[in-house]
Amino acid sequence: MATRQTRALARTMMAPAVVLLLLWMIVPLGMTIYFSFQNYNLLNPAMQSFAGWFNYEFFVTDPAFVQSMVNTLLLVGGVLAITVIGGTLIALLLDQPMFGQGIVRILVISPFFVMPPVAALIWKNMLMHPGYGIFAHIARFFGISPIDWFAQVPLFAVILIVAWQWLPFATLILLTAMQSLSEEQLEASEMDGANAFNRFFYIILPHLARAITVVVLIQTIFLLAIFAEILVTTNGGPGYNSTNLTFLVYRTALLNYDIGGGSAGGVIAVILANIVAIFLMRAVGKNLDT
Amino acid sequence: MKNTPFLVGALTIALVGSASAQSLTIATVNNGDMIRMQELSSGFTDETGIELNWVVLEENTLRQRVTTDIATGGGQYDIMTIGNYEVPIWGRQGWLAPLDDLAEDADYNVDDLLPAIRGGLSVDGTLYAVPFYGESSMIMYRTDLLEEAGLEMPENPTWEFVAEAARAMTDRENDINGICLRGKAGWGENMALITSMANAFGGRWFDEDWNPQFDQPVWNEVLNFYVDLMNDAGPAGASSNGFNENLALFQQGRCGMWIDATVAASFVSNPDDSEVADMVGYAVAPDTGNDNRGNWLWSWNLGIPESSQQKDAAKQFLAWATSQEYTNLVAENEGWANVPPGTRTSLYENPDYIEAAPFAEITLDAINAADTVNPTVDPVPYVGGQFVAIPEFQGLGTTVGQLFSAALAGQSSVDDALSQAQSVAEREMRRGGYMN
Amino acid sequence: MARSVRPQTKIAFTVLAWLVGLILFFPILWAILTSFKTESEAIASPPVVLPSVWTLENYFDVQARSDYFKHFFNSVLISVGSTLIGLFIGVPAAWSMAFSPTKRTKDILMWMLSTKMMPAVGVVVPIYLLFRDWQLLDTVHGLTFVLTMINLPIIIWMLYTYFREIPVDILEAARMDGAELWKEIVYVLVPMAIPGIASTLLLNVILAWNEAFWTINLTAAQAAPLTAFISSFSSPQGLFWAKLSAASTLAIAPILLLGWFSQKQLVRGLTFGAVK
Repeated sequence: MATRQTRALARTMMAPAVVLLLLWMIVPLGMTIYFSFQNYNLLNPAMQSFAGWFNYEFFVTDPAFVQSMVNTLLLVGGVLAITVIGGTLIALLLDQPMFGQGIVRILVISPFFVMPPVAALIWKNMLMHPGYGIFAHIARFFGISPIDWFAQVPLFAVILIVAWQWLPFATLILLTAMQSLSEEQLEASEMDGANAFNRFFYIILPHLARAITVVVLIQTIFLLAIFAEILVTTNGGPGYNSTNLTFLVYRTALLNYDIGGGSAGGVIAVILANIVAIFLMRAVGKNLDT
Repeated sequence: MKNTPFLVGALTIALVGSASAQSLTIATVNNGDMIRMQELSSGFTDETGIELNWVVLEENTLRQRVTTDIATGGGQYDIMTIGNYEVPIWGRQGWLAPLDDLAEDADYNVDDLLPAIRGGLSVDGTLYAVPFYGESSMIMYRTDLLEEAGLEMPENPTWEFVAEAARAMTDRENDINGICLRGKAGWGENMALITSMANAFGGRWFDEDWNPQFDQPVWNEVLNFYVDLMNDAGPAGASSNGFNENLALFQQGRCGMWIDATVAASFVSNPDDSEVADMVGYAVAPDTGNDNRGNWLWSWNLGIPESSQQKDAAKQFLAWATSQEYTNLVAENEGWANVPPGTRTSLYENPDYIEAAPFAEITLDAINAADTVNPTVDPVPYVGGQFVAIPEFQGLGTTVGQLFSAALAGQSSVDDALSQAQSVAEREMRRGGYMN
Repeated sequence: MARSVRPQTKIAFTVLAWLVGLILFFPILWAILTSFKTESEAIASPPVVLPSVWTLENYFDVQARSDYFKHFFNSVLISVGSTLIGLFIGVPAAWSMAFSPTKRTKDILMWMLSTKMMPAVGVVVPIYLLFRDWQLLDTVHGLTFVLTMINLPIIIWMLYTYFREIPVDILEAARMDGAELWKEIVYVLVPMAIPGIASTLLLNVILAWNEAFWTINLTAAQAAPLTAFISSFSSPQGLFWAKLSAASTLAIAPILLLGWFSQKQLVRGLTFGAVK
């Protein structure tokens, strides 16, 4: 059906996007790869020289490296778990008849509109502060000693903040998917005598599979790059407890100004992200083909 | 896409609008004194006709922005607010414009600058930045609580006395902590305190051959002393407390003692913000009987990057903002207690200031006593009191700060924290080519 | 859903849903309330829920220190500009992927998404050097370009998934009638695609508005948007939470209002192909 002419046209229409993205990928990536083989400290530019694989070796032997990988996975996994499970439950709730549904929906989606540094500042100061935060006040009201979130459970605290930001996104997509489920299917199952529990697990959840993969894919891309929330709240600590890979690259490239090491870290982060991506794409690709 | 032409038009206006009369772009940190400078700067514009564009950022962001810009020659700023950590490093690289003309200007009176502060801003005798305010460290304490505890602040307190007094003043039931010290990780946060503490105990970061010293017994002593003291007499969640948090705690009457930067004195004695303003005493920072009080010396300074196209106008602003006249201007508007301290001898000879600022004399003594060339007992290959003036210190200091913060939070032992700090420091020193 | 339920059930759902909604909204609400308190009420213990006197002083202080409207205007230019340019490039690309797919279409899409995986902190110095040489530092158009590139993959992905749901039969019918390609696009495709485009536009304005790394690191005085504005109130000496709250409220209010008023349009196309 597609003629040669339309194919050519299709290619022309894609060209600007592909070319621009190719440049946007190749130029920084090329420079990063180049710098990753250089001894180059921004504060000591006279010392620039060829480094071989030393920067890579130096980056992966960083005492924080292994933990930062684990933390990255925990952060992505934790936020995904909270947002997918929480998002499904909230979507299920919002799908029920109630008064003021529109307003509730506005309340629920609002966190998505808050810029990451602001979200982190609000949570760090006004909610999680061990002295004056609301959580501390609540704890003291019940006679419990307040949790010092960023010292005792730093990674979990960061996960909570990020999950709060992404919960609306998951909820919205899952809600839209849920609402596309035909009424007849549900009613038919009700006639068959399926209880709410069965209805959820045998009809609603399979229907949501596709939406869940989409949520996982999109969020993972953003979550791998989480940085602002950590910078504002814990600075990666205490110890390396909340240092993720992005933060480790930041520490190398913008605190040490070790551009060589930071570039090597950047290349490693890209490779790891793409490995994660390939796995994801496999899973998602299957779901999206149909 | 019918909106595109509008957008292009708007972009053009935004771009063209920026190129106008002579204007300077100033990067500064969002501390109270700098915000005041920004408020008062309309006077400068009225006088000279030079417009000012302010970029006010939080400290870490500011540092990252200006460092990237100056090291790459980005040329975005005409004036940068930088610490005495950066000035010698950048000056040596030739990134900062020398300020010889200012130093020779009789009106500016460069000899009035405190020698210790001025020394930290000069490389081989050339001045590369001028100080906006300066600080050392001191003890601020609650006179009422100390008296209740039956103790008296000696003229030259030792860390031993501080620990004893802190434990005696602690009253957990009334939420009074004997001592508040920085615990939040960062080279300018907990490491400033711990490094100056180590100086007083006779510890050092590196020996003469740049070998890291965290494996030495003295560091074990320092860190154990610090962690034990904070566990016994410090506030809950101390590992997240930086300058700000401790300031708030002290102002609300939750701390018996607070050892921190001398600039804090004007905040804790300000009755508008502090509930304990009339019960604060001041003492020199503690030593260990060796008369080494940590050699804490910090100043926020204004410098001009070599890449600036408007160095003359920028120098005019530097002269204005760090002059005696500026001090008088702040005093007129905000009162003497709020003038930026720690830069000029004349301020400490001014009876109005001495009267308004009971902490003036101790501040001056502390700044004058700070020796950044010989910060500790043993010789060191670096310059700096509560920091080490090498480019690697920002990253290294922050990492070590994280490890010590974890020890304070109880997430690792003191021994583990020290051995990890040692190996991290060795790595960085090898990397930087300091040692093999 | 129009199922008939007992009123008690409906009330129970209402209570539960409002509770969840209020919990999720609470941090924002608390920041807004705090912005009207005095500094001492902001950190009072026990906490003060409603300010004893509603004061606008924090807002005046914030405005006196940084020109909100300049930053606001930059944010608008950058977020709307980058989104419009992104749509301009993205619509044709997504159209051709959706209607003339090849074996490699899916790979190309995935590759486009993968360009988002380069950690910004690792490339900021190289990009800074390029921007310096091209005189793009602290310019609105330089920043607009970066944000266009950052969001382009998401734009194309969203449009692609939306376009794919447009039944091809309609296009065939138009083609049978002898419509030219551009007519096919303007009269048939665009009307059907409007909701998807609107939703893409909204989402990307939000993402660009909230981008807080490049917008701070590539700007100084002229092109700085609201993310830089926030940084100047982020951790000053002392705990100025009321001022921080006022600045935060000012920074998020425009996008929050936009999101609220356009939530129907936003939600309609925000499926990323999740709904078949």
